[in-house]
Amino acid sequence: MEYELPEELRLLKETLRRYVNEVMIPIERETCEGVKLKSEYKKKFDEDSKRLGLWLLDVPEEFGGQGMGVLATCIVTEEMARSIALPTRGGYFTGPNVRSILYELDDEMKEQYLYPVIRGEKKACFGQTEPDAGSDPGSMRTTAVRDGDDYVINGVKRFITGAGEADFIQLMAATDRSKGSRGGISCFIIDMNTPGVRLGAQYETMMGDRPWEIIFENVRVPAKRLVGKEGEGFKLGQRWLGAGRLRHGSRALGVAERCIEMMVSYAKQRVTFGKPLADRQAIQWMIADSYIELHAARLMVYHAAAKADSGEDYRMEAYIAKYYSDEMAFRVADRCLQVHGGIGLTKDLPIEHMWRQQRSTRITEGASEVMKMVIARGILRQYD
Amino acid sequence: MKVLVAIKRVIDANVKARVRQDGSGVETTNVKMAMNPFCEIAVEEAVRLKEAGKATETVVVSAGAQQTQETIRTALAIGADRGIHVPHDGALEPLAVAKMLKAVAEREQPGLVLLGKQAIDDDCNQTGQMLAALLGWPQATFASKIEIDGDSATVTREVDGGLEKIAVKMPCVITVDLRLNEPRYASLPNIMKAKKKPIDQIALADLGVDPAPRLKVLKVAEPPARGGGIKVETAAELVDKLKNAAGVI
Ligand SMILES: Cc1cc2nc3c(=O)[nH]c(=O)nc-3n(C[C@H](O)[C@H](O)[C@H](O)COP(=O)(O)OP(=O)(O)OC[C@H]3O[C@@H](n4cnc5c(N)ncnc54)[C@H](O)[C@@H]3O)c2cc1C
Repeated sequence: MEYELPEELRLLKETLRRYVNEVMIPIERETCEGVKLKSEYKKKFDEDSKRLGLWLLDVPEEFGGQGMGVLATCIVTEEMARSIALPTRGGYFTGPNVRSILYELDDEMKEQYLYPVIRGEKKACFGQTEPDAGSDPGSMRTTAVRDGDDYVINGVKRFITGAGEADFIQLMAATDRSKGSRGGISCFIIDMNTPGVRLGAQYETMMGDRPWEIIFENVRVPAKRLVGKEGEGFKLGQRWLGAGRLRHGSRALGVAERCIEMMVSYAKQRVTFGKPLADRQAIQWMIADSYIELHAARLMVYHAAAKADSGEDYRMEAYIAKYYSDEMAFRVADRCLQVHGGIGLTKDLPIEHMWRQQRSTRITEGASEVMKMVIARGILRQYD
Repeated sequence: MKVLVAIKRVIDANVKARVRQDGSGVETTNVKMAMNPFCEIAVEEAVRLKEAGKATETVVVSAGAQQTQETIRTALAIGADRGIHVPHDGALEPLAVAKMLKAVAEREQPGLVLLGKQAIDDDCNQTGQMLAALLGWPQATFASKIEIDGDSATVTREVDGGLEKIAVKMPCVITVDLRLNEPRYASLPNIMKAKKKPIDQIALADLGVDPAPRLKVLKVAEPPARGGGIKVETAAELVDKLKNAAGVI
């Protein structure tokens, strides 16, 4: 049983720790406009990422990336999450957000969508959630009906991140509503400027994210826009959500790590009733609980990632890691905020930002209850 | 020209060092370790010399426990070509290290030996000077600028009165100061390349070095806690306090 990271990942972690401390943290409150990186900082971070040799880290080698694997990606995500310099959603340090579904496209479609995304020329969004189908996407009402050589799509998607600036959407739609998630959902690649695709409302959220509603009205697309086979979409979509779960998990580690650093440092300096906060058991327990839970979460995330890299089925571990780490980081951010008192609520410190973001991660890309539901199903199958 | 760089594994500069309860030294178990920051600057300078075509090979050497290899690997990830690890558990005094480095220098025949001006653990600031004396080579300490021209090095030194510029004939020993350069971040491709670079092991005994301590540490203690400050009402009172209470003027 090997509990140490491989040496090269330890060195990478050290390098990134230093980079985040020296470069990111000092400017973290000024890098974003809302939840978008300002263009000058995007340029800077892209250049830094290339200099650090992290560009396209997790893109497979056959598509021009480094194919570094899940554990390496988790280490980068974890260290970057110690700062709020990068946006929580879609703010990847290692290059454009390449959704792995694009690797499944045929050669012609790869030229049109995959490579332009890798080169940063095109942006994608992912459309699964609907007003009446969030945690339960199998019940989605958006339909794609075969009509000769085309599909005709009708329906409404909700909470779609980045739809306003996307060139195309990876759309999940029902090709057989009676089958639902068991072979009834298909995945399509659709240009956002296709006639009948319309942006609807944009939602204001507590995190600053502004996801969109998208309306599809008799949208006609050629049948080759279907990815894989009819009914496979849910499987393909889940595949990218699986990697995303560990991204959630590892980001939570970085957030919690930073919160513990801040909590301890503040508890040692802040004196009330004649003693530093760090001398009070009420505060010590918050610190101890945070440290214990972070330790547990880190073991879970690294284990799931190592399993993924060795080609094993890591779905159960990924659900566990996503659930536990996102919940853990929210508790830790909350304690960190509590220890700081009023100053923790101000925008001078990054805590309120981390707190709001971590609150949202317990809902997005698989809400905690749904993670537990799936975990429980797995356990119930395991025992008589 | 070959450059030999001596590096030391010390408690990470960002970690607060704690004195062992029995006063026998500083606690190092379960404490994060890293390359001495001055050594990192020396490695960076060696790599820059190679990149500028002034050096042909950069070799890093470090004595210490097994984990020292990780520190050597860090230097290789910055860009050094190969490493030499001299295994030794426990502390080594500057004289023993200088003797070890002398023996390695005799084997490697470098044109330049670079060291940090001091290590942040014991702050001895002796090894480079002792090494130069043992080798009978010229030395330039506290370098904030190094220019190599043929077989001579022009070194800008940070001295108490400001800056001093001296020329030394090579081979020579140079110890580096904080402002010489800013070490780069090791990039991922270089970290991966470092995995494949060789680290040779040489026993202290094979270098003819007797590691037995010649100094005896009586006691290591925390610095006294700082007392609180006071507020003064007037300039006259301030002068009085400085003169009579603090005794500094
Ligand atoms: C900022 C933001 C960005 C987003 N971006 C995207 C995007 O780009 N693309 C996309 O497709 N979606 C996106 N979403 C949608 C997101 O994935 C969904 O909000 C999420 O899946 C939850 O769905 P829901 O909001 O419909 O909640 P619901 O499914 O209605 O769930 C409501 C609550 O009930 C709980 N619950 C549900 N089922 C059960 C059960 N069986 N047992 C117990 N409890 C249950 C849930 O855990 C949750 O707490 C985004 C959301 C937000 C807020």
